[in-house]
Amino acid sequence: MISAVAPRLVRTLFLIFGVSVLAFILMDMAPGKYLEEMKLNPQISPNTLAALRAEYGLDRSLAARYFLWLNSAARGEFGFSFAYNCPVWPLLRVRAENTLILTVTAMLFSWAVAIPIGILAAARAGRWQDRVSALSTTFLLATPDVLLGLALLAFALHTRWFPTGGMRSLASSERRLFSSAQDFARHLFLPAAALAMGTLPTLIRHVRSATLDVFNSPFIAAARGHGIPEGRILIGHILPAAANPLITLLGVSVGTLLSGSLLVEVIMSWPGVGPLLLEAVLERDVYIVVAAIMFSTLFLIAGNLVADALLYMADPRIRKDQP
Amino acid sequence: MIRNKKLVVSAIALVLIQIPVIGAGFFAPYDPTVQNRDVPSSPPTSVHFADSRGRFHFRPFVCRWIGNTSSSGYQGSHEDCSKTSSLRFFVRNETVYDGQVRKSSRHLFGTDGAEKLLLLGTDEYGRDQFSRLLYGGQTSLGAGLLATGLSLGLGLVFGCIAGYLGSWVDDVIMRAAELFMALPWIYLLFAVRAFLPLNLDARQAFILLIGVIGSTGWARPSRLIRGVILSVKQRAYVLAARGFGVSSMSIIRRHILPEVSSVVLTQAALLIPQYILAEVTFSFLGLGVSEPQPSWGSMLASLQNYYVLTAHWWTFASGLVLVPIFFLFYSLADSLQRSVQIFDLPK
Repeated sequence: MISAVAPRLVRTLFLIFGVSVLAFILMDMAPGKYLEEMKLNPQISPNTLAALRAEYGLDRSLAARYFLWLNSAARGEFGFSFAYNCPVWPLLRVRAENTLILTVTAMLFSWAVAIPIGILAAARAGRWQDRVSALSTTFLLATPDVLLGLALLAFALHTRWFPTGGMRSLASSERRLFSSAQDFARHLFLPAAALAMGTLPTLIRHVRSATLDVFNSPFIAAARGHGIPEGRILIGHILPAAANPLITLLGVSVGTLLSGSLLVEVIMSWPGVGPLLLEAVLERDVYIVVAAIMFSTLFLIAGNLVADALLYMADPRIRKDQP
Repeated sequence: MIRNKKLVVSAIALVLIQIPVIGAGFFAPYDPTVQNRDVPSSPPTSVHFADSRGRFHFRPFVCRWIGNTSSSGYQGSHEDCSKTSSLRFFVRNETVYDGQVRKSSRHLFGTDGAEKLLLLGTDEYGRDQFSRLLYGGQTSLGAGLLATGLSLGLGLVFGCIAGYLGSWVDDVIMRAAELFMALPWIYLLFAVRAFLPLNLDARQAFILLIGVIGSTGWARPSRLIRGVILSVKQRAYVLAARGFGVSSMSIIRRHILPEVSSVVLTQAALLIPQYILAEVTFSFLGLGVSEPQPSWGSMLASLQNYYVLTAHWWTFASGLVLVPIFFLFYSLADSLQRSVQIFDLPK
């Protein structure tokens, strides 16, 4: 197993290195700089600005700044935020946790819905259940995430069933554990639902096509012929055989979820990486942008690695192929 | 040779949708940037056939809309049917500017008086939403199409180079493609957008946006095209052509590009809606085409205000219009994929 993982790990490291270099080069090409806007302020003297530039290391060359950044990444700071006047990591960590909570919930949510619906559509292929699911997935697929988020938000505002925005109510920290968890879940529901609905159509389609292939295969017909009950065929024979493409999809869907979550976070004001990144882009707080991009890459790579590990466990053929 | 009904229907429908957008100057009744401050956030104008005395009119008319915008806050608005204008086709609007009466070019429809027909209501500055929707389509659909062209062009160039030359060139290009694909697409777009100037006029922003969206998306098409080329390269007729001493450029042009075209078409049908969405997302977040130039994204942006979100339902129009367009593009891509498969089977 180690011999199989080692080259991948090396490639992943190169990839991360490449992304950071790419981000840095782009950052250097940027015309506006955070400190340059301070020049307009008459209360800040050129000397102070020069001192600030020296302090942040902005007067050095691109390569020197890159090594400074690597150094601070090694110290666990990942650069310095001009706008917040503190290292990037403590800022990003809280936001990244929130994004993780949102995306993982949405992922579980969408798989929990997609698997039964996809199996049902495959089992009743061509009948009304299949048609209804095909029609609604097509409709959902054509609905952009922005519209979905806004529509859910409008729904929440009309019915007042769910809080609109934020992660916790103001008073929730004073309450007991159970009620504060309940409060948190109520805040989480709407953004997670919006995000899950965005990924749902692709998942349902893939589950349907993966299981449909197995449904029509001879060994299932044989199992039916032996009189094995449908439920046992489904759990014991169909699902394991259909798992392979679905696990691969799990890794791929992480990227879609991250992209979707950025938008949903901004629309529903969920305090994740999305609003932080948008703010940083608008304020030219470059190190936050670089760190947020690194975070998204790492998360995506981690998703793919988890999917590969699951695949390795689920499919004996893949284990055998490895030297 | 028409094999597929679905393909033809969705392609024709997509072309039909573009017509009012391209011809917005004729189809839209008003200028998209003119503000009517007396009617901010008015709902769609209702068209009447019967007047207050119950008499029927063959030519439908609209009433004056009065928005009460006193300083003491919002007090609602109402219709005043003592002043009406009837609807006409092929009208010229008259505007008084610097004491001179100016006539606009002919529009498909409009009214003969001062009362306006606002099919989709107005936004918070009193600009006609229907006209903004059509002109905004020029931005959003145009950005999607042009960015797709750029992306596929880059993908074709890099894919051809990588697939045809092979060896270390292939390695370098494919590693670079992996780099671009390692990032979730919105984050990648943000990364590139973050490092470009923020204050731009609408035209510059539009070109910049196309550049950003198009240049970040080259990786996936180039990988697909490379794959096709790798398989075509091994076919007997290509080997034979090479044996006859045909140059690389003409092999690519005569034998390889025709095989690639089906992949390119399918990719285009998939990429265009994605890039339209990218433009909408950017403008929605305030990073795209700036006011007063309309774009479907910036029109949706006013929904970020909770009051607008609950009270002005007509503001959703620019988002809802995306649903049929995306649906058509996806069904086009789907049927293209199928027809390509049919085409490929006998080989």
